[in-house]
Amino acid sequence: MSIDVLSAILVIPAVSAALLAILPGYGQTAKLNVVAALATFLTSLSLFVVEPVSGQYLLVDDLNKVFIVLTTFVSFTTSVFSASYIQHEIEIGRLTPTFLRFYHAMYQTLMFAMNLALLANNIGLMWVAVEVATLTTVLMVGIYRTHEALEAAWKYFILGSVGIALALFGTILVYMAARPVVGEGLDGMVWTVLVKHAAEFDPALLNVAFVFLLLGYGTKVGLAPLHAWLPDAHAEGPTPISAVLSGLLLNVALYALLRFKMMLAVNTAAIAPGPLMVTMGLISVIFASLMLYRRRDIKRMFAYSSIEHMGIIVFAFGMGGPLANFAGLLHMTMHSLTKSAIFFAVGHIAQVKGTQKIADIGGLTVTNPVLGWGLMLGVIAIVGLPPLGIFMSEFLVVSSTFARAPWLTVILVLGIIIALGGLFLRIGPVMFGEPKGKTAPAEASYVPMFTHLGLVLMAGIYLPPGLVTGFQNVAKLLG
Amino acid sequence: MSSLQFDIAHLLAGSLVLASFMMLYQDRLYALLNVYALHAGVLALSVAWQAYVQQAPHLYVTALIALLFKAVVIPVALHRIIKRLGIHREIENVIGIGLTMMAGIGLVALSMVVMLRVTPGADALAREDLAFALSVVLLGLLIMVTRRNAVSQVVGFMSLENGLVLAATGAKGMPLVVEISVAFSVLIAFIVIGIFLFRIRERFDSVDMQALDRFRGERR
Repeated sequence: MSIDVLSAILVIPAVSAALLAILPGYGQTAKLNVVAALATFLTSLSLFVVEPVSGQYLLVDDLNKVFIVLTTFVSFTTSVFSASYIQHEIEIGRLTPTFLRFYHAMYQTLMFAMNLALLANNIGLMWVAVEVATLTTVLMVGIYRTHEALEAAWKYFILGSVGIALALFGTILVYMAARPVVGEGLDGMVWTVLVKHAAEFDPALLNVAFVFLLLGYGTKVGLAPLHAWLPDAHAEGPTPISAVLSGLLLNVALYALLRFKMMLAVNTAAIAPGPLMVTMGLISVIFASLMLYRRRDIKRMFAYSSIEHMGIIVFAFGMGGPLANFAGLLHMTMHSLTKSAIFFAVGHIAQVKGTQKIADIGGLTVTNPVLGWGLMLGVIAIVGLPPLGIFMSEFLVVSSTFARAPWLTVILVLGIIIALGGLFLRIGPVMFGEPKGKTAPAEASYVPMFTHLGLVLMAGIYLPPGLVTGFQNVAKLLG
Repeated sequence: MSSLQFDIAHLLAGSLVLASFMMLYQDRLYALLNVYALHAGVLALSVAWQAYVQQAPHLYVTALIALLFKAVVIPVALHRIIKRLGIHREIENVIGIGLTMMAGIGLVALSMVVMLRVTPGADALAREDLAFALSVVLLGLLIMVTRRNAVSQVVGFMSLENGLVLAATGAKGMPLVVEISVAFSVLIAFIVIGIFLFRIRERFDSVDMQALDRFRGERR
């Protein structure tokens, strides 16, 4: 029974991907996509009820439960958004029915790959899953076949593949380090076995392995200076994909990194992974927040904001300790919800106005009040103003690290403030300036966006005790 | 392991690095493809020898995949793509050959220093293999950054993956899952590349990446 839950989380997207590749027609397939995503989400919720048994290939613990539930939830809401977004794209002829079939099949394949990466107990399997997720998103980023989309997809493909190749080299090195201790064969790649014996591994080899893993999976997290693919991929692909990329795929890569960090933490002779992660996190925060000032494309702007927030999260996990880990986990959840809500709003706005250029969008609160205020609420949340959830998580990150590393925290706060200025500077005219562009009312589905924002608002005011204890357990697990 | 077995394994892995160097200075696409086929052939030999030395029959499968797929199918298919795109006459030279070779030598030295220093405990063959594999990976990266033609970037990437296969086979008893996945990834990558090359060609009338770069960044 318990094994069935795990396989269901993988089988549902896999089967629906195959079905969606075969079935013609638009209306039904979009619905099927939503239903499949909902079924996966509900199945993942049952992880809290039944306690599944981990095997040699699949694993469930407190850490990946959080990731799985978040991933399947955002996948579900994004599929609802995607249905109304794609309808518009079909009507204006940007996508043909053939491409739509391909799009839906790829969407479910991506869900499958992300769930597999999160559930994998085998570091080789995890790598394969991240690779599949990368390739499906490459195909989806290039789906519009414009100059810019092709350039973005090519860049993403090359940089993503190189990153993933470095991660594989790191994985092989981990196996090499494990082999003398746990013996040859499958055991040397099973994460639970590796963690149990990591204290006896050769520290020098582990160090080199972690550097490769950090560079490899770090490329996928979008850490500066390895982020070059990220803004293009976000700006040129369909907006539902931007939402999934920012909200989920970056988290999946981060999850892989965290698993290896936990393994290194067991081995006291190896380098501490924390300082490396803190450094890369801070560089990303400062770099991305400065880059926000010169953005002309609204989706690129929020892509840079994602780099900034991934920097904050990596910083928090790099600092470590129960409090900072808790803050990092909360910030990751809040960022996923908020950033995907922002992309839902931006997707509809770009469709209404027919452009993504910031200069050509104006006065949204007048022309499209619901969308405009929705996006405004999202921006207020993402820059970290109270009373929304990101304020709370950023406050926790800062307060939990200030005593240990005051100067680093000052740099972090500086980055957050610079980002706040940049985002408000750019978004001000879009919201309150002279109304510009088309003013047709949006045929949008507002439910996903306001569900996310509502959750973020709720988290800012009141965190349910069950969630707090759950996150505390995970934070302890992360060490 | 007898010293002859070690020497042959060493020779084959070293030849792979040598083939990577040969790829560095090819300025014609057909020549580059031929050297890549040689690269994959050497990899197949090297993996087969490891299979014999380690008495690991599943590695023969990996060797066979490398031989059939990477040394024959991909080069032939890329040959045809190049012909259909009509770019076989193109000559490219981004940075001077001398400079590239110097950088390559530096990278090989770097990987020797890093890998040999951190693996004193491992057996000699695995150490040498890892060091050579890292050299091949880094040289593959170097090929990718010094080329601006999409086809040569792809060839550079595939040579990089050959290095990963060498590393995986050198790690004794590594489960088959990785080798399959590497082969699998090359397959998918190749499909993606095929689609992309035609789309890029269709849009830009060129596979020169500088044509793409003009579209980089913010739309004004």
